[in-house]
Amino acid sequence: MIATLFLKASSLQRKRAVLTVAAIAWGTVAILMLLAFGEGLRNQMAKAQRGMGENIAVWWSGETSKVWQGLPEGRPIRARLDDLDYLRGRMPSASGVLGEMTSWQTTLTWGTTTITGRVTGANWLYGEMRHHYARPGGRFFNAHDERDKRRVIFLGNQLAEDIFGEVEPVGEILQVAGVPYLVIGVLNPKLQMGTYKGPDEGGAVIPITTFSAQWSRHRLDNVVFKVAEAEDMPAAREQFAQALSARYRFDPTDEQVTGLWDTAESGKTLSTEMRRFQVFLGVIGALTLLVGGIGVANIMYAVVKEKTREIGVQMALGAHRGWITGPFILQGMTYTLLGGAFGLLVAIALVMLLQLVPVEGNDAIAFLGKPTLSGEIAAATAALLGLIGILAGYFPARRAASVDPAETLRYE
Amino acid sequence: MNWPLTKKHNGEAGGNGHIIEMVGITKVYDTGKIKVEALRGIDLVVDPGEFVAIVGPSGSGKSTLLNLVGCLDTPTDGSYHLGGEAVAGLDRDALADVRNRRVGFVFQNFNLLPQLTALENVEMPLLFGGVGRRERRRRALDQLARVGLADRVEHRPTELSGGQMQRVAIARALAMEPDIVLADEPTGNLDTGSGSDVMSLLTELWGQGRTLVVVTHDKGLARRAGRVVEIRDGLVVTDELAVA
Repeated sequence: MIATLFLKASSLQRKRAVLTVAAIAWGTVAILMLLAFGEGLRNQMAKAQRGMGENIAVWWSGETSKVWQGLPEGRPIRARLDDLDYLRGRMPSASGVLGEMTSWQTTLTWGTTTITGRVTGANWLYGEMRHHYARPGGRFFNAHDERDKRRVIFLGNQLAEDIFGEVEPVGEILQVAGVPYLVIGVLNPKLQMGTYKGPDEGGAVIPITTFSAQWSRHRLDNVVFKVAEAEDMPAAREQFAQALSARYRFDPTDEQVTGLWDTAESGKTLSTEMRRFQVFLGVIGALTLLVGGIGVANIMYAVVKEKTREIGVQMALGAHRGWITGPFILQGMTYTLLGGAFGLLVAIALVMLLQLVPVEGNDAIAFLGKPTLSGEIAAATAALLGLIGILAGYFPARRAASVDPAETLRYE
Repeated sequence: MNWPLTKKHNGEAGGNGHIIEMVGITKVYDTGKIKVEALRGIDLVVDPGEFVAIVGPSGSGKSTLLNLVGCLDTPTDGSYHLGGEAVAGLDRDALADVRNRRVGFVFQNFNLLPQLTALENVEMPLLFGGVGRRERRRRALDQLARVGLADRVEHRPTELSGGQMQRVAIARALAMEPDIVLADEPTGNLDTGSGSDVMSLLTELWGQGRTLVVVTHDKGLARRAGRVVEIRDGLVVTDELAVA
């Protein structure tokens, strides 16, 4: 009987109820899909962020902007190849320090194909630190290659394709500015967001010792160092500034010289930005859901209006406020949660379907990432649904409770 | 029937034994633009076991008075004791309790809930009064038997005649064994035959010692009452005991 009282309160509104549940379901799908895409994008961005290497900092040679120990401003500061061991000794917080030299428009010739490309000389650590992983069948150069100044070259996958086309490059001889090099590896395709001299897929890397010998250069264009954990970065940066300034006699607080690109920091910023973006998507979804909630409330208002006399009768018979409001709140919740459950099922189905779409040759998905439903998203959506359900029931229930029995039972 | 409130039938109500004691009751409906004085100072005292008919022309304020007696509404001014208890100042839930325990309502248009069976309709006040499921059912069946509808308990209001519906309503009004039964034109929507059945039923209740307050246009029903109170323009104009 209690069930009858509660459930039949709106049996006359069946058609509208179905539409409203559909509206809630649609709102739920909208919010879940928006959040799922946001999550996918965030994962993708984080992955791309790591593409260049994790927890690394990149330094460029610079010019002093402060007077120091009687020396004027405007002095160029460029580290040398033999500074690297010195820096390694003075930077206990860094797990790796390497130098880079770059030759930009270098002719690369294989058979009858000649193109110009970027060739970087780097320490062997570069492979691991800058995520230059070889695709199967190749390798990055190692400490022996570097020590022996071997003429070996590691190609970005795009550059390799530009030169060799369909041919497997590993084992081929490539002329680099007229000097023959053995191709030992090709970059495994990767997502990369940040870059400081162009994407890794478009360049080639050789041992820095070989580079130095061939181009007769000793000055470094960049110093890159890595820390094991992101929280070690500030200490490593300080050690770097102190070591370099002592060597070249400049003010260690001179940002013009010591300024560098800290991916640990920009990763954090990106993560915050993406979180904000996701919240923004969530708010849009929530608004859609709110419209569904208003639909539910609207039906219930209609029911309250229709049942005013019955509500008045129940009040006359001694029903407390809870007996009057209970059914409406319960129904608001039921409609909302029912719609939410449907919406969740549809969203799960959609996400699973999108997981089946291949990433290859699909730039949109490669950029956006695949939508991902997480427990967090589900929990946030459920909480929102619950809240909307309560509100959708609460306001009509309040209207019902405010019915004046004397007024409704009067008849002319 | 061993319900604690039933003993109030024998006038243990207030200190002075009155079951209804209204002094200087006024009711003003304020719609913002105009104020309507529905009641302009009513004094009404009813003792346990009385059968009072309230009569008067339309718009005289008799339904308003009945709503106040039944605690469906609160007076603008004046004091009201129901069974010795001051009603003014009670909140909505407390008023609901008072209605549930002390007052049984019978309406002109029955006001049964259409989605519930006759039995469930009679159970409703018991449900609101917190009576357990089995006890609820037993008492509801008992009341339906007393109004002669033992064979109609599973019928819905639409499957009943007007007279039967009003008898279900009377059973519902009696379910909580209230002090007073209030009826607003109980025969107004019934044909003569059903009307006189309902009249007999109400008179019978009175005979069992219940207090009855009935608003009616029905001369026949008013004649059966022990006391007739006539209201006109929000004031009591006559209040006389009928010749028994």
